[in-house]
Amino acid sequence: MAGASDPIHQFQIVPLIGDGTFAFTNSALYMGLTVAAITGFLLLGTSARTLVPGRLQSLAELSYEFVATTIHQTSGRDGMRFFPFVYSLFMFILISNLIGMIPYTFTVASQLIVTFALALAVILTVIGYGFAKHGLAFLKLFVPHGVPLVILPLVVVIEVISFLSRPISLSVRLFANMLAGHITLKVFAGFVTMLSGSLGALGLAIGVLPLALAVGITALEFLVAFLQAYVFTLLACMYLNDALHPGH
Amino acid sequence: MTQSSDGKPGQPDPAGEGDLASRLDRLDRQLKQRSETDTKAEADAAGRSASMGAGVANALRLSSEFVAGVVAGGLIGWGFDQFLGISPWGLIVFLLLGFVAGVLNVMRAAGMTPGPRVD
Repeated sequence: MAGASDPIHQFQIVPLIGDGTFAFTNSALYMGLTVAAITGFLLLGTSARTLVPGRLQSLAELSYEFVATTIHQTSGRDGMRFFPFVYSLFMFILISNLIGMIPYTFTVASQLIVTFALALAVILTVIGYGFAKHGLAFLKLFVPHGVPLVILPLVVVIEVISFLSRPISLSVRLFANMLAGHITLKVFAGFVTMLSGSLGALGLAIGVLPLALAVGITALEFLVAFLQAYVFTLLACMYLNDALHPGH
Repeated sequence: MTQSSDGKPGQPDPAGEGDLASRLDRLDRQLKQRSETDTKAEADAAGRSASMGAGVANALRLSSEFVAGVVAGGLIGWGFDQFLGISPWGLIVFLLLGFVAGVLNVMRAAGMTPGPRVD
């Protein structure tokens, strides 16, 4: 009973195979499912390769063009070299969020360490590519122009902190939105059973209100699932743009 | 008297109305004009929907950028405290700097300050 109505219960990591640090957990299972779903979707969508696309091929082309447009708008033509990376990020977050919307499933992005690993992948790519392309000149990213020499050290420190806060904001935003949304949904749905359990028929009548809210929040959560994937992708593109054209 | 670019009169005379070449020329011009307005409208619609998405993305961004700056500053300060044994000065100084960085993040996210740049 405690497990059924506890809103945090759905985020528990349960080892499925093995034990300890390297156990195959439910989180790993759903990540695997996500990757399998994306791979299956793209393989099926591109298998026909007709000039006039079918339904699945339209969807596959739509997802490609959506990400490609996002990259073009934020970092121009050069940004397309990061397309495989950005597309993988977008699809992984989007599909794992959507799978998490199915009742009784696990939401991968509700674990901070998962979203932080994704954000770290973006930032490390920015740093790695920035240094590879511009060498030590990339460090000028932290030294703004036209600042008096007296306060320059202070400004540089602030710029460095601002840069280091990027993976934090990137990961916490995705994590917090998914966590809070799923908790809210569970709490409102729990009200229905709690009301009817304690007040009987009257409770069931009042329970219509939280039920209606839960339906509304479900729709909102689908929007958030997509929007968070989009925001993550958009910001990843903007940060990658810093590595591409720091002189922009 | 208006003249078109190829030297023919812009307003076709009754005799020229039956002339195939001038009719084709007119059709060509009209098609070009129409396709130009069509592509412009399409580009406008695409730009509008994209800016809407970017607007929502920015709104979601603003809320977390500031907190992230403070947290990053606090973590750095705490790290200095741990490894240099200067507690609590690292935390005090870097939390304040993190506060500043957070404000900078928000101003950048809102587009009030240009981003970092080289050269």
